[in-house]
Amino acid sequence: MRNIFLFIRRYFNFVFFVVLQVVALYILFHYNKFHEAVFSGVANELTGNVGGKYTNIANYFKLKSANDQLAKENVELRNLVFSNFTRPDTSQKLVQDSVPYDTLGHFRKYLWRGARVVNNSVSLPNNTLTIARGENQGVHRNMGVISANGVVGVVINTSSNYAVVMSLLHRQSKISASLKKTGETGQVSWDGSSPLYITLRHIPKSAPIAKGDSVVTSAYASYFPPGILIGTIIDVVDDESSSFYTLRLKPATNFFNVQYVSVVENLLKDEQARLEEETNKINQ
Amino acid sequence: MSDLVRNTIRFVLFILVQYYVLFQIRPLHQFVVPYIYYLYVLWLPFSMGRMSLMLVSFLFGLSLDYFTQTPGLHAAACVMIAYLRSFVVNILIPQEGAEQNYKSPSPVSMGWAPYAIYVLVLTLLHHIYLVLLEWLQFGSFLFFLGKVLATTGISLMLVLITELLFFRKEKFRTNTA
Repeated sequence: MRNIFLFIRRYFNFVFFVVLQVVALYILFHYNKFHEAVFSGVANELTGNVGGKYTNIANYFKLKSANDQLAKENVELRNLVFSNFTRPDTSQKLVQDSVPYDTLGHFRKYLWRGARVVNNSVSLPNNTLTIARGENQGVHRNMGVISANGVVGVVINTSSNYAVVMSLLHRQSKISASLKKTGETGQVSWDGSSPLYITLRHIPKSAPIAKGDSVVTSAYASYFPPGILIGTIIDVVDDESSSFYTLRLKPATNFFNVQYVSVVENLLKDEQARLEEETNKINQ
Repeated sequence: MSDLVRNTIRFVLFILVQYYVLFQIRPLHQFVVPYIYYLYVLWLPFSMGRMSLMLVSFLFGLSLDYFTQTPGLHAAACVMIAYLRSFVVNILIPQEGAEQNYKSPSPVSMGWAPYAIYVLVLTLLHHIYLVLLEWLQFGSFLFFLGKVLATTGISLMLVLITELLFFRKEKFRTNTA
């Protein structure tokens, strides 16, 4: 017994070193579970706060490009405004009201909320953004995040006033995508090498593909409305042994200067998930 | 300025510079990531006990981790170099007792050549461990090797620039005065 104590005293530094290593590695490899702990919420508030102050200053340097983007988006939206379309005078006047159910049975599926980006990384193997909008402002996990130009990512963690978004440039990011032209569905992911390119897989070789084709979110992506631009094809990596294409995309969002994003909530997601789960139970 | 105040200010500055300046730079290449934050651990005074050295390094790494959303990654690497630091210092210190005459490791207190080796060895160990942890989750061996070498090169350059820009005056302390 005495020898054990002597041993521990002699190698106390080493034991302490091992303990700290184990703690650090435990936190690292239990990242997602640990994230649910309270402490992480507090840390989020703190780093979000510091990030907000920094971004307030940094945003001045990007005002010009942000204005350009917003002006472009405004033009696009104006083109969609109802008054741009005419119809013969014989038709009746169409009245749109704000009640979720209209007389034709349309009801709201997606709800959009604006948010400011306060923290952003592009150079790490797993990149995230922090936005200044959290639980108190209606942002929850698994909501889609979209910038003026296209898809940004998915919300993975929230505190009361901030939320952390897993961007497309994250190794675990997987988004269901389809070709805008023909509608074949595949999956967009990132291989972690260059933040300028993302990868689209599982597109069958029967699909006609040209450089410059648009890739949009598919109707199967439950976090995003269908038809939101993800990127454009810049390169086809031909793999002879596979009957699927591997395509390199240029992301539509410029992750280097994204400042304002919208958070999209799919109001029917839970209903769909519940139905699918119940069906799975029956099938088993 | 007392050691405590000086090191507290350094703690905050190193993290802010690392996250808000170096991590915001557009990556030149997938291998090149500029790291300088771990210099904080190398600059901690000789007089700190090994345990407190490791504890401070752990907290330091964890603070950076909460900015980068990778809890534990930088903390593990910092703790490792904090543990190995004193072995390297003991081998490299020019004569017996020099660590009592100076406050902290610097080119003045250790001499340029031993200090350069001290920085090189710990930088290399830090990056090997850091990239290894990233690599365990994904990546290929070429990625591992390339990233360690490229990142070490960039880091050494940054350390050299920092040492030249912020020259630390080290007083020679004797017990006669």
